[in-house]
Amino acid sequence: MKETLLSNCERDFLLQAIAEKKRLDGRQTYDYRKMKITFGTDYGCCFVDLGKTRVMAQVSCELVAPKESRPNEGIMFFNIELSPMASPTFEQGRQSELSVKLNRQLERCLRNSKCIDTESLCVVSGEKVWKIRVDVHVLNHDGNLMDVASIAAITALCHFRRPDVSIQGDEVTVYSPEERDPIPLSIYHMPISVSFSFFQQGTYLLVDPCEREERVMDGLLMIAMNKHREICSIQSSGGIMLLKEQVMRCSKIASVKVSEITELLIKALENDKKARKEGGRCGFAESMPQERITALKFEETSVEMTDVAERASDVVQGAEAPPLMVPSPVVPVPGVGQVGLGLQNTWGLEEEEEDDEEEEAEECANRGEEGEEKVTKMEVERHKKDASREEDVVVLSDSEEEEVVVLHPETSAKTPNTAGPRSHQNGAATSKKRKKK
Amino acid sequence: MEVCGSPAVTLREFGCEQSLLSRPDGSASFIQGDTSVLAAAYGPAEVKVSKEIYDRATLDVLIQPKVGLPSVRERAQEQCVRETCEASLLLSLHPRSSLTLILQLIHDDGSILSCFLNAACMALMDAGLPMSFLFCGVTCAIDVDGQIITDPTAAQEKESRAVMTFAIDSKEHKVMMSSTKGSFSVNELQQCVAVSQKASEKIFQFYRDSVKRRYSKTL
Repeated sequence: MKETLLSNCERDFLLQAIAEKKRLDGRQTYDYRKMKITFGTDYGCCFVDLGKTRVMAQVSCELVAPKESRPNEGIMFFNIELSPMASPTFEQGRQSELSVKLNRQLERCLRNSKCIDTESLCVVSGEKVWKIRVDVHVLNHDGNLMDVASIAAITALCHFRRPDVSIQGDEVTVYSPEERDPIPLSIYHMPISVSFSFFQQGTYLLVDPCEREERVMDGLLMIAMNKHREICSIQSSGGIMLLKEQVMRCSKIASVKVSEITELLIKALENDKKARKEGGRCGFAESMPQERITALKFEETSVEMTDVAERASDVVQGAEAPPLMVPSPVVPVPGVGQVGLGLQNTWGLEEEEEDDEEEEAEECANRGEEGEEKVTKMEVERHKKDASREEDVVVLSDSEEEEVVVLHPETSAKTPNTAGPRSHQNGAATSKKRKKK
Repeated sequence: MEVCGSPAVTLREFGCEQSLLSRPDGSASFIQGDTSVLAAAYGPAEVKVSKEIYDRATLDVLIQPKVGLPSVRERAQEQCVRETCEASLLLSLHPRSSLTLILQLIHDDGSILSCFLNAACMALMDAGLPMSFLFCGVTCAIDVDGQIITDPTAAQEKESRAVMTFAIDSKEHKVMMSSTKGSFSVNELQQCVAVSQKASEKIFQFYRDSVKRRYSKTL
């Protein structure tokens, strides 16, 4: 869908408010929205909410052959899906500019910073390494997708456990989670990106812009940092010209924010670890809030089955009996079987040609009718097909079909619908149906 | 979830939350045991000229898997959900518009198609799209002993001989859509349909309770 335009008065309102150091939701200039991190049932699944922006990340792994240039390093693959759920402007399958930008930034943030030890992902050098795949799904877009995506990705990577592997000589054994506990990835540091939006040609800056603020901003500065105050990636887009002091100030703010976020992240991971150890159920299901008026839960309920059997047998008995068909193939001549009644042949063509066409018609009729929905008819069809397979196959013509059914044309009244050439499949099919009824 | 050694079969605990996303017109998350699905509905909205229908709304259903891109399996599931929704939505009230339904798989622990259907119905309700009746999805499995299990988990589905999903409407409790896998007899099919119809009553009661709670003045 096309993006709805932002009206001028809305734009002016926002810019004016920013000039007066006011934000739409009442935050201060450097404040982040409320962040919530929850985990799913299986390892490597995490949900991050930043205000109303919601993102889900899932990490999965598989054994593949390594890249030729790096035979003893594992492979990391990142993918941010801008789901059409997140915004009416996102379309399925199309790589929009935003999607390319986010993907590239996430790759730079996580892959180029070497936060994961890829050498530990090697199983057999040159032959088998682990490929770790991170899928980030954006569920709701209310601004600042980059930050949320980076937090979700690194949290999911920290949460993920890969299957244990043992190597004995040439044999490699991969243990399932039931056999041996899966092991976590080895992560050196956790890069987290912080976004700064600039307004009025770099005069005003806001941290963590919401969607409306993003619409009116001039440019965006993204700094990815870890809690050791190392900058992993820095990107400025929008063509704004920033002064050195501004960039330095932003990096100082970023380091404060990153340490706060990292603390929150580690606490969430520990809470989840504790909950799993205690054996409690964890996952999306559990994290559903109960006290909300929009949420409801039903306990496990049983279904009454008392009169199910009677109802079912009533239905089956009340159903139409399957139409009577010739139950077994008729053998008019030794070595030849016939199933079904043929059609009146009115063309006067040579015997062989007719047989071919009628065979085709028969085949097609069989195929066409298998698409019917009634169970009873399906069974009849199955019987019919089975029957036709059981008969002896005698090739009477040059046709290469396996099933050859010779139809003896009978002198039955020609239905008005079957006008047209004998090989008109649909016509044959319809008249076949009519015959059955 | 339990095998019916006794005459009663059970449905796992289910939960639903509506309006949890701010951008879509309607959203709902539906949870059946450990299986959870997030659904979002947009509409009626602008439609591409290539897809517009002159007298009805165009319904698009998108199913997003957790890992990787949507494949043929998701397309097949989309078709089942779309046909059910088209039968129940009053599409002729919004000609030349588009209705989009997006379903995101959160966790698959069996009965996934019925979870999609239930989440879809709740999201459409939350979006306020006019429907002539509600629908729900119920999955039945026939295990190796011939017992019928409703709402099977992934482990139960794997061990069963046949797995069937039915979409049931709320007005006459008739079957709107069925998707089956495996082999079974006519009698077993009818029994599963009857069981699903019984189970659907519970789900419709749940829908009613959710909506009543939502619009109630006191919790």
